[in-house]
Amino acid sequence: MPIIIDKVSYVYEDTGMSVRALDNINLVIPDGQFIGIIGHTGSGKSTLVQHLNGLIKATSGNIYFNGEDIYADDFDRKKLRSKVGLVFQYPEHQLFETDVFTDVCFGPKNLGLSKKEVELRAYQALKLVGLPDEYFYQSPFDLSGGQKRRVAIAGVLAMKPQVLVLDEPTAGLDPKGRDEILDQISKLKRETGMTVILVSHSMDDVARYVDRIIVMNKGSVMYDDVPRQVFRHYAELEKIGLAAPQVTYIMKELQEHGYDVSDDVTTIDEAKEEIERCFTRLAAAGKEKG
Amino acid sequence: MLRDITLGQYYQADSIIHRLDPRVKLGSTILFIISLFVFDGAAAYAVAAVFLAIVIKLSKVPFRFMVKGMKAIAFLLLITVVFNLFLTPGEPLAAVWRLTITKEGLQLSVLLAIRLSFLIIGSSIMTLTTTPNQLTDGLEKMLGPLKKVKVPVHEIAMMMSIALRFIPILMEETDKIMKAQLARCADFESGNIIKKAKSLVPLLVPLFISAFRRANDLAMAMEARCYRGGEHRTKMKPLHYARKDFIAYAVVLCYLAIGVAAGHLQAILPEIMKIA
Repeated sequence: MPIIIDKVSYVYEDTGMSVRALDNINLVIPDGQFIGIIGHTGSGKSTLVQHLNGLIKATSGNIYFNGEDIYADDFDRKKLRSKVGLVFQYPEHQLFETDVFTDVCFGPKNLGLSKKEVELRAYQALKLVGLPDEYFYQSPFDLSGGQKRRVAIAGVLAMKPQVLVLDEPTAGLDPKGRDEILDQISKLKRETGMTVILVSHSMDDVARYVDRIIVMNKGSVMYDDVPRQVFRHYAELEKIGLAAPQVTYIMKELQEHGYDVSDDVTTIDEAKEEIERCFTRLAAAGKEKG
Repeated sequence: MLRDITLGQYYQADSIIHRLDPRVKLGSTILFIISLFVFDGAAAYAVAAVFLAIVIKLSKVPFRFMVKGMKAIAFLLLITVVFNLFLTPGEPLAAVWRLTITKEGLQLSVLLAIRLSFLIIGSSIMTLTTTPNQLTDGLEKMLGPLKKVKVPVHEIAMMMSIALRFIPILMEETDKIMKAQLARCADFESGNIIKKAKSLVPLLVPLFISAFRRANDLAMAMEARCYRGGEHRTKMKPLHYARKDFIAYAVVLCYLAIGVAAGHLQAILPEIMKIA
């Protein structure tokens, strides 16, 4: 179910001054893409994703979900929220039930499904996020930070959304927890084929997984392209407080030291291959000379 | 939605009123409120209106911010005016159905409307020009003598400033949790009162947990910095009266005197006219 964002602007009042949080955003989000939305704090990325499921209403412009105008009077916004699942920043703060399983049931229960269907979905969702069975009937407040976050993500997945939006899913996690969550999301994407939108301010997090990066700056879309094209603009990215992945910088340094490597890499694996290629070439050239 | 609620909102500006010692502002506000109740006659209230207008002008706070505070009591004001208008016994002026408007009723309701709106505007000037921290500082210093009778003045002031500080944080938190639960298709609006109350559980439980977590963090942070209450505690910005503060007190006292005098003058004016 594609989402079309058409000339969307959002203005809000703050102590008498009007702030333009989003400024004429135009985007098309087709089915099955893995998208990263990147931007500095206050760039409007969180505001943008809250428009996708109708939690915030645009000041001007339209949003179409599957061809339907979501601001139309007869549009079922509750259904939209179940189709576009939004996982907020620090989602573990929304947990409230006495045990993990009941909490995950909350979303599907609100959709008015039968008890059997609700429990089936909750079970599937908890399996999808990779939470071991023994935690299902524990209090969510006894779990570790990473586990709580999985439960919260499962709470949204249990509604079987077609688009999953995650706002800073790795905030406040240690490197291990961060990799686990991101790997799990990537696996989820592969298994279910749903559209996933990952909001982050870390290029390293996003570069490894996504097919498309949208860079936000001051409420506008600055770049919208495949990762390697976006990282070509690393100098401009630095100006707005972002950075290309660390491997891009290593490759630049290598180039400056006279090594013939491409800086067109975004992940550590690609960098490794590129460096190996370079050294084989060097070795081959050395043999010919010698 | 929730961020529209204004509670003791401070308006950032650089004015003489903003720079006054919070004790002066607290004291003056109290005096002003008292003046509204001791004043007598239209002339005295005219003095109050002029005084208020000058202070508003000096404070550099746009007038619409004070009107905002008025909205909250609009209903109360309406009821007071209507009741006094119809239910005060006296010389009848006009009759509507079984209710009669009396001359005394009209006078009383106008007087009450003026008193109430001046009271609200006067106190909102104080909250608009003083940060909550300054206000509690001022209060702590003013109530200082009560320490002698074992009133924990410092602790009360600290609790007040923490409570005030947490209001916007908890508002924001409520907004966030509400949105997160809405994203899980929670329904806060439909159903009867019991269903509505039940639907608040997913909002209130996380909110309480977060409030406790924050309180815990704050207590820990305070202890880590060796906080131990009021005893021998010094201040980064101790309150000292400056010349402008004494002038402000003098101005307020002058205002009181002029107001009272104006009231008396108005009362005895007919007699003076007679003698003349």
